[in-house]
Amino acid sequence: MATQQQVPEIDEYKYGFREKDVSVFRTKRGLTEDIVREISKKKDEPEWMLEYRLKGLRHFYKRPMPQWGADLSALKFDDLTYYVKPVQNQGRTWDEVPGEIKDTFDKLGIPEAERKYLAGVSAQYESEVVYHSMKKDLEKEGIIFLDTDTALKKHEKLFREYFGKVISYADNKFSALNAACWSGGSFVYVPKGVVCKTPLQAYFRINSESMGQFERTLIVVDEGASVHYVEGCTAPVYSSSSLHSGIVEIYVRKDAYCRYTTIQNWANNVYNLVTQRAICEDHATMEWVDGNIGSCITMKYPSVILKGEGARGNTLTIAIGGKGQNQDTGSKMVHLAPNTSSTIISKSIAKNGGNVTYRGKVHFSPKAVNSRSHIECDTLIMDDKSTSDTIPYNEVLNKDISLEHEAKVSKVSEEQLFYLMSRGLTEQEATEMIVMGFIEPFTKELPMEYAVEMNRLIKYNMEGSIG
Amino acid sequence: MTVPELKIQDLHVSVEGKSIVKGFDLDIKGGEIHALMGPNGTGKSTVASAIMGHPKYEVTAGSVSLDGENLLDMAVDERARAGMFLAMQYPSEVSGVTNADFLRTAINGRRGEGNEIPLMKFIKTLDKKMDLLEMDQAFAERYVNEGFSGGEKKRNEILQLMMLEPKFAILDEIDSGLDIDALKWVAKGVNSMRSENFGCLIITHYQRLLNYIKPDKVHVMMNGHIVKTGGPELALRLEEEGYDGMKAELGIKDDEPVEA
Repeated sequence: MATQQQVPEIDEYKYGFREKDVSVFRTKRGLTEDIVREISKKKDEPEWMLEYRLKGLRHFYKRPMPQWGADLSALKFDDLTYYVKPVQNQGRTWDEVPGEIKDTFDKLGIPEAERKYLAGVSAQYESEVVYHSMKKDLEKEGIIFLDTDTALKKHEKLFREYFGKVISYADNKFSALNAACWSGGSFVYVPKGVVCKTPLQAYFRINSESMGQFERTLIVVDEGASVHYVEGCTAPVYSSSSLHSGIVEIYVRKDAYCRYTTIQNWANNVYNLVTQRAICEDHATMEWVDGNIGSCITMKYPSVILKGEGARGNTLTIAIGGKGQNQDTGSKMVHLAPNTSSTIISKSIAKNGGNVTYRGKVHFSPKAVNSRSHIECDTLIMDDKSTSDTIPYNEVLNKDISLEHEAKVSKVSEEQLFYLMSRGLTEQEATEMIVMGFIEPFTKELPMEYAVEMNRLIKYNMEGSIG
Repeated sequence: MTVPELKIQDLHVSVEGKSIVKGFDLDIKGGEIHALMGPNGTGKSTVASAIMGHPKYEVTAGSVSLDGENLLDMAVDERARAGMFLAMQYPSEVSGVTNADFLRTAINGRRGEGNEIPLMKFIKTLDKKMDLLEMDQAFAERYVNEGFSGGEKKRNEILQLMMLEPKFAILDEIDSGLDIDALKWVAKGVNSMRSENFGCLIITHYQRLLNYIKPDKVHVMMNGHIVKTGGPELALRLEEEGYDGMKAELGIKDDEPVEA
C-alpha cells in the first residue's frame, strides 16, 4: 500500500494522514530492562548513558503516577512501543530522505519553510532524526545544532556536562520514563557572546501506532549568547493512544538570552506529558512561548529557575481545549536570587465541552529580595458545556518582593457577535475574529510562518465550534 | 440603477416579553436623510436594533424590507451584506483585532471570495476617509474600540460607515457625548455619503446635529410609534417647545417609560 491506509477516526484532524510504516527496527510493546539495553546498544552509546537510562527505568517503576492534575488512568504503559527507528542512517540532505517520509514532511510544508526561513532544520520523524541541515554561517559561528543522539557521539564531554543537570531523572515519573528510553530531540550549543540571528527550528512528528515518543532536547546558551529555538508538532491520528513525553532542558548562562517557542498540535488521542525547565544565571533571560492546541491530555508547565541575580523569566502560554480534551498547563517561576523578575501570561480557550486549567507556581526564596512576578490568566469560554480552572500557587519566603496576579474569565458575548455581524461578518468569521484577537498577544510573538500556521490551525480549530 | 428603498410597515417589537415598538411605519429612499426624534424610552433605539436583527429584540408583527427583500428573514450578517448599517450607541470592543484588519475582513465579506479589495486600494481608501474625519493614522492599527474615548468610538463608527458604503444607515444617537468639533467631523462624514444610492435615518434627542446634517424629514416618536412628521422646522420647534408641548398638542399621555 502506498499512502493513506484508513480514514482517520477523528475526521476533523487535518494532519491525520498516515504514511506506510517504513521502520527498519522497532522494539516490542511494553518497557523492560532488556528493551532499554537494546535501545542503548542500537544507538551505540557510552556506558554512562546506559547506566543513566537504567537509573531512570528503576525510578520509573518505583514512582507512582502523579495524583494531581489531569486524569491519566487510561494511559497503559504496557501497550506502547518505546523505540522505533525509521531508517538505517540519518539523511544528510533532503535528497537522501526516503520518499514516503518526505511526503509527510511535504504535507507539513517543511521544504517551503526551509527555503524561506530555516537556518537549520532538525525534523524528527518517529524516534530518530532523519533530516538535519545547518547553514554554513551557523557552523562558522561555532553554533552546534544537532539531533541529540549525534550530539552525544560528537560532543560527549560538553553533552555530559549539562545532560540531566536541569531536570533530574528522578524529577517526576515521566522524566524517569524519558531518561530510560529517550531518543532524538535537538541539541543546541551557542558559544560565548554569539548571537544566533535566525531562529533554529525543528519539526516533530509521531507516525507509528501506540508509539511513545520521548525526545530529549538540551540547549546551552553560553555567557552573553542569544538564541531562539522553535519547535512545532503535528501528528497523525491513530485508534489507540500514543504518549509523547519529552524533556527540554535549557541552561542559560550569565547575560545570555534564550527563547523557546513551541506549538503542539498532537492528534486528539495523544497524551502530551512534557517537562520543560530552564536555569538562568546572573542577568540571563529565558522566555517560553508555549502553544497547546492538540492532544487529549496535556500536562505541561514550562519552568524557569532564576538562580542568578537579576535573572528574568517569561512565559507566554496559550491552551485550547475542545471536545474530549483536557489542557492542564501553566508555568513555574522559582526565584532564588535578588532582583529577579518573572512574568507569566496565560491565555486559555475552552470550547465544545473541553477543559482548560491554568496551574502555576511562583516561589520566592529568602534570598530573592527585591524580586517581582506578574501573572495574568485570561480565559475565553465559548459555550456552556466547557469549563476552566485557575490554580495559582504562591510561595513567598521573604517580604521584599512584589507579586501581582490578575485573572479574567470571559465569554464570547452576544453584543460582540452582533457588532461584528452587523458589519457583514458571518457568525463563524466573527467568532474567529474574537478568538484570534484573544490570542493575538501570543501570535505576535511567533516567527512569521508560525504565526500564519497558527492562524490556520485556530481557524480550522474553531470550525463547528459555534452553537 | 434604481434608487434603494427601505420600507418599515407596522413594526412591533418586544424585549424580554415587553412590548416597546407598537406600529412603526417609515419609508426611506436613497438620497433621503430622515431624523427620528423623541423623548427617552419611546423605542427609537429598539427600532434600530430590531431592523439590524439584534437577537434580544423580538419582532412580533410588521415587516421591514430593503428593495423588496424581507430583512426580517435574514441573519444579522445577511442584512449587513444586503446593504444595512447600524452605527451603534455603544460599540463593542474587540481586543487584539486592529481596526484595519476588521474593516478589511468586513469589506471582503461583502465583496465575496475572489473579489477581495486589493490591499493598496484598501489602504489608500482608508487613509483618505480617515483624513476626512481628521482621525490620526494610528487609529488604523489600534484594536477595535479598545481604549477609545466616547467621541473616538463614534468617529470610528462613521469611518466604518464610509468604508462599507451601505445602502442604508441608521445612526443611533451618534451625537451623544460628542463635543462640537467631533460633531462636525461626524456630520462631514455623513454628508460625504450623500447620494442617490444612500439613505440614512438619524436617531437623536437634539436638533444640534441637524444643524450640520440637514434632514429631508423629521419624525417624532412617542409611545412606540411615530406621532408627527415634518420638515427640518419640526426639529427646531421641538428644540424651543420641548416634547411636552407636542404631547399637549397631540393629546398624548405618557406610557410607562421603558428602556430605550
